[in-house]
Parts: sequence; C-alpha cells; structure tokens
Amino acid sequence: MDFSADHFTLFSLPRAFRLDAATLDRKYREIQAQVHPDKFAHAGDAERRLSLQWATRVNEAYQALKKPLPRAQYLLHLAGHDVGAENNTAMPADFLIEQMEWREAVSEARAAGEQHELEHLHHRLKSGMSERYDEIGELLDDAGDLEQAADRVRRLMFLEKLLFEIDDAIAALEE
Amino acid sequence: MALLQIAEPGESAAPHQHKLAVGIDLGTTNSLVATVRSGLAVVLSDELGRTLLPSVVRYLPDGGTQVGFDAQEQQSVDPRNTVVSAKRLMGRGLADIAHRESMPYDFVGAEDVQGAQGMVRLRTAGGVKTPVEVSADVLRALRARAEAALGGPLVGAVITVPAYFDDAQRQATKDAARLAGLSVLRLLNEPTAAAIAYGLDNAAEGVYAVYDLGGGTFDISILNLSKGIFEVLATGGDSALGGDDFDQRIFCWMLEAAKLKPLSAEDARLLLTRAREAKEYLTFHGVAPITARLNSGELVDLKLTTEIFTEITQTLVAKTIQPVKKALRDAGLQVADVKGVVMVGGATRMPQVQRAVGEFFKQDPLNNLDPDKVVALGAATQANLLAGNRAAGDDWLLLDVIPLSLGLETMGGLVEKIIPRNSTIPAARAQEFTTFRDGQTAMAVHVVQGERELVTDCRSLARFELRGIPPMVAGAARIRVTFQVDADGLLAVAAREQTSGVEANVTVKPSYGLSDDEIAGMLKDSMAHTKDDAMRRALKEAQVEAQRLIEAVQSALKSDGELLSAEELGRVEGAIAKLQTTALGENRRHITLAMDDLEAETKDFAARRMDKSIRRALAGRKVDELKEFGSHGENK
Repeated sequence: MDFSADHFTLFSLPRAFRLDAATLDRKYREIQAQVHPDKFAHAGDAERRLSLQWATRVNEAYQALKKPLPRAQYLLHLAGHDVGAENNTAMPADFLIEQMEWREAVSEARAAGEQHELEHLHHRLKSGMSERYDEIGELLDDAGDLEQAADRVRRLMFLEKLLFEIDDAIAALEE
Repeated sequence: MALLQIAEPGESAAPHQHKLAVGIDLGTTNSLVATVRSGLAVVLSDELGRTLLPSVVRYLPDGGTQVGFDAQEQQSVDPRNTVVSAKRLMGRGLADIAHRESMPYDFVGAEDVQGAQGMVRLRTAGGVKTPVEVSADVLRALRARAEAALGGPLVGAVITVPAYFDDAQRQATKDAARLAGLSVLRLLNEPTAAAIAYGLDNAAEGVYAVYDLGGGTFDISILNLSKGIFEVLATGGDSALGGDDFDQRIFCWMLEAAKLKPLSAEDARLLLTRAREAKEYLTFHGVAPITARLNSGELVDLKLTTEIFTEITQTLVAKTIQPVKKALRDAGLQVADVKGVVMVGGATRMPQVQRAVGEFFKQDPLNNLDPDKVVALGAATQANLLAGNRAAGDDWLLLDVIPLSLGLETMGGLVEKIIPRNSTIPAARAQEFTTFRDGQTAMAVHVVQGERELVTDCRSLARFELRGIPPMVAGAARIRVTFQVDADGLLAVAAREQTSGVEANVTVKPSYGLSDDEIAGMLKDSMAHTKDDAMRRALKEAQVEAQRLIEAVQSALKSDGELLSAEELGRVEGAIAKLQTTALGENRRHITLAMDDLEAETKDFAARRMDKSIRRALAGRKVDELKEFGSHGENK
C-alpha cells in the first residue's frame, strides 16, 4: 500500500463526489483496526512510529472524504483545479447581497437573544445547502464541469462559515 | 462487577506469558489501581483491604513522605505540608488557580502572581514541590501496591486523565508517571475508560453519553458504540469543576451561617472536611448536622438541609449542563439520539446532579456501575489489551478525540486554528511558514490551545524556536512545520525547510510544563531518596523491556515470517539471540544497545507487516472477523 496514494485509493473507493457513507465508515474502521497505535502499544519503536503515521494518514483521509465540502475541494484538487479561497471578489453581487442579509438576520437574532430564531435559521440554511451539494454532485460526477463546480464550492465555503457562526451564536446564548 | 467474560477457559495466555499491566485512575480526591486477573478486571486493595488511595501527600522535614490515608489524617494538623487535590494544579500557572487564597499552601512566587512563570510550585517541609512530583508520589504508592499484589515489575500502565485536560495537563501527568518509574502504555480519557467498562459489560450498541463529575474535573463525552468500536464523537467539560467546588460552597455557607471570622489554615481544612462529610451525608438524608470545635475554642453547630444545599449549588450543576449541550451540538446530535447516560465519578451521587442530568436527557441516568471504580476498571481492561494479553476474539478499538483546538499565534495576537477540537487522534497538520527578512535563520512559533479568537483568551502551550534555517532572501524559505497529536493526545512539533531539505532545530519552551532537564533532575533526586536500589531497578526494567521486545518480534515472525527473505530472517534471529543472551547479564547499557540492534533489523519488516495488514483489511478478510466479534454483542 502506497503511503502517498490518494484518499479514494486508500479506501478502495471510486473517485467521485457521491459516495456511500456507510461503506466509507466501514472501510475506515477496518483499516484503523489494523494500524491504530493501540494495536502496537507493546511493539517495538519502529512499528509504533509506523502505526502512528498510518493511523494519522487514515484519519486525515477519512476527514477529507466524510464531509461534502472537503470532499468536493479534494476532488477539485486532484483534478488540478484548486479552489482559491481568496477569490471571493469574483462572487456575483446577488450572492453577496444574500449573504449580507443572512448575516444581518443572525446578528439581530443574537443581539435579541432569540435562540429559536437562530435555530430556525440553522435549519433553513442547512436544507438550502443540501440542495447545493446535490448540484455539486451533478457538476462533478455527471457533467465534469470543474469550473462551475469550483464556483459552487466557493459559495458553499461561505455558507459553511455562516452555519458555523450561527452555531457559535447559539452556544454564546446558552452560556 | 463482571467484566469481559469473553475468554473461554484455556484460551487466555499461559500464566508465564501474562504481562503485568495495570490501569490507574489518578483522581483529584482519590486514586485507584486495577488489573485484569483471569479475564476479570479487579481493583487492587492495600494490606487493610482499602481500594481507594486518597490523593494526599504529606512532606516531612527529614525528606520522607506520607501518602494516602496517613497523610489525609494529618491534613488539618499540618495543612501547609500536606498536599491535597494536586491534580487541580497540574500544568497550571499561579494565576490560573481559583480559590488560591483559601488554600493553606506556601506558593512560590505568591507575592507577585502576574510575574510568576511556569507551573505552580509549593514550599513544603520536604523542599519545593511541583504538582508533578506530588502526583508521582501518589503513583509510586499505587505502583508499589500493584507490584506487591501481582508479584513482579509492571510492564506498563494505562493512566486516565480527564477528557478535557489540555496538552500541558496531559504532559504533566505523563511526566509524573515517568518520575514514578511507570511505563505509560497510554493516557486514556476518563469517560472513554468508563465507556469501555460499561460497553463491554452490557454489550451496549448505539450513542451513549458519559457524564463524569469527579473531585475536581467535569467531562462529558458522546460516544458511538458499534461492533467493538468505541468512537468518541465529541467531548467537552471543565477541568476546574468538581465535587470539591460543592464542598467549597458548603464551606462558604458555614462561614456565613455561623458568622465566623477569618480562619487559620488548620480550621479551614477542618471545616472543608466537615463540608465534604455533610455533602456525602445528604445523598441519603434530608438534613446533615455539622459540628466542629475550632482551634480558637469556638464551636460550630449547624444543620444543612437538602433544600439549602441544592440552592447554593444550583449554579454549579447548571455549569455542567452547558458543556453537555455543546458536546451534543458538536456531535451533530439531539437529546433523543442518546440511548443511555452513564454516570461516573463520586460527585454524581448527589441527588440534585442525578435529577438535572435526568431532566436534560429526558431519561433516568445509568447507575449500575460503581462510579468510583468504573474508570480504573476500564483502564485496567485497556491496559490488558495494550500489553498484548488479549485472548482470541477479545478485541476492540478506541477512537478518541482532542478536546480543545490547537492553534498558532498569528499577526496581531490572533489565533489560527490548526487542528480543530474533536478531531480524531492521532492527527497531524502541516503548515508552511516563510521568512520576512533577508538572511533570517530563526523563527518563533507560539502554540496555543482553546476556542477563542485572541491569543490572550487561549491557553499558551509552548513557544517553539526554529533555528538553522538556511539564509535566503525574505519570503524564499518554505518552512514546513508539522504538528502531530499522538494517541495520548500529546502534541509534538517538527520543522523542515522545504527548498533545501534542512531539518530545522526545534527548541520547546513549555509555558506551564517541566523541561527535560528538570525531569531528569527530579528523577535523580527521587532515586537518591528511595530506599530500593535504583540501579538494580533500572536493570530489571531494561530486562523486562528486552523481553517485551523479543516477544513482540517473535510473535510478528510467527504470523508474518514469510515477508522476510532467508537472509533477513537469519539476521533478525541473530539479533534476537544476541538480545536474549545480553538480557541475562547485568549490563544495562549492553541490553539497550542490543535492543537498538534488534529494532534496526526489524524496521523494514515492520513496514511490510503494516502494508500487509492494510491490504488484508481492504481485501475484506477482516470483515468476517468483525462480524464474528459483533456476535458477542447484540446486533442492531
């Protein structure tokens, strides 16, 4: 097994955005059960070091494939089409305006201490994001349109950050 | 308690091959040591049959120490030299310690708290002590207990730490073990240890929460238990909240109710003891009488009711629910997803805690395990597995996480997160840096831990200095710094200049830890004080280590010998034979050298074996084995 093989190869999965989460989970656990440092606690130094490297590698790969945004970014990276995070100036005006409206709603709800409103915003955002991920799946796996896929990924980077901020606001209200 | 009755008679390792390994619950108030005997985890007791060892150490003017009950009895008489709850001080600076003024200790640097550097130190009759040395004294007592009970030197120990312990606190615990002469097989998170004990005992499957309120720390872990895999989804807590704080609230209430003037250290310790007794009494009664005769002759005579106790501790209980909510959200789960709530730690016996947890999770918490022992029993079970004593089919895997994000200081005192909280360990992340001046050959990196945006709001872990960067024009150097968190949750840093391949020299200055030199000095001191022959002990340990390595290689050869050519096999066998002969001798250095030789001869072999394991896992052979294992539990 090549240590530097890509994440999909590591788990013997087809290189695609749509993946079977249960299969990924199963393969992750099967490999981790072989390489984890707990399996080598009584072994020699060389084996312990190797085990640490492999277990780290397998965790990294799993993290990259488990969630849709890093998975899409990773697929674009493999295709030589890295998503520049600094490219936000290229976002269309309507998307940016929509973002500002969302942020306003979040900070208003936060200031007013309306936890239910924040939770409502969380769910609304989440369902909108799931549709966008379906679209990315079509662009990457069916159409092979890397340009468009990268554009959608950049938008989702905004939305994931927004979701994180909503959760942060909910946590702040609980404290 | 029945644990792990999976091994069939005759299936477990032969007695002479059984390696002596223990699990240690190094608690704030009490500590325990447990081991697996004949497939059953048991807590080891002292010669008087007591299982708990109070985590109390008294330092005497002659350099001697009292540990446990003997020290505890003296704590009101000699509070200044009797250290209790040292765990609260581990990896902490003077400014971090809450209620410092009510502690009877003589803190080094107390006159200038802001200027105090590094981990706290206490002046005692036996000299200046760090909490690491105090914990080492507790661990030494437990090691002696275990070796007496098991009849030989231990190959290693699993030591539990609160899941919410940061890197400095974990490192301090590992250093304490090193000082106590224990080989640490793993630092294991307390709630995870409890989950092992509970999960294996009850063949549990599904999402479980472990609510662990100890003497001085609070942890909440959300785990998914599935077919022999214990996967921690999220963890949270407060490493300065525990049963001690409930005592402190009663203490303050007593001062007010009895209108007491400022107390001497002795009287304060006495009333804190009475407070703890009242707390424990209220678990089974509605009213606790409190009486105490102070040194001043004054008599304290009070009655604490459950209602008052609940009222004065309401905010403490509420403080535990916040991290529970956060952990659930981090795990992406709702209360309804949680199948069971396992209660751990003596402080969970308090009825108001039980009630609050039950109300939050909308179900009765699980109390069928002894909350004082479950962590030690789980740790012993894991130690047994890690030492290589497992019987056929007796296997499980823990996937744990880091509790707090690791970050770097960037421009303007801001934190850039490099490894987010709840990342499964081991984890690593590489980051590239460049120089901003022509010819710059050194660079400083400040590593912090925490969730906040400002460096000043996070815990400072260490400052790393990278030296030996080849001189280049500004911005040309590409220094790749790798942060590696191992399976103990401990961070290590390595740096390499990418264009030249030069390995940068990393010097670590831990913010609240001990340097290697300090540890070496303490080791020397402790050996000078212990009565047993340090040299003999070191030799014995090297021999045990050598035996461990030989067995590991032999078992590897047995299962995967075909991966070696005849010539390679010959060399490995030669190195084994040489180590076997050397280990019979009395020269520790020769044993170490022979071990190094054997390690070197098996390096490639190790890589090939790892490769084979992964291929086998992917080929699906392991699937059948897992299914077989799953049948021990109830299938979903």
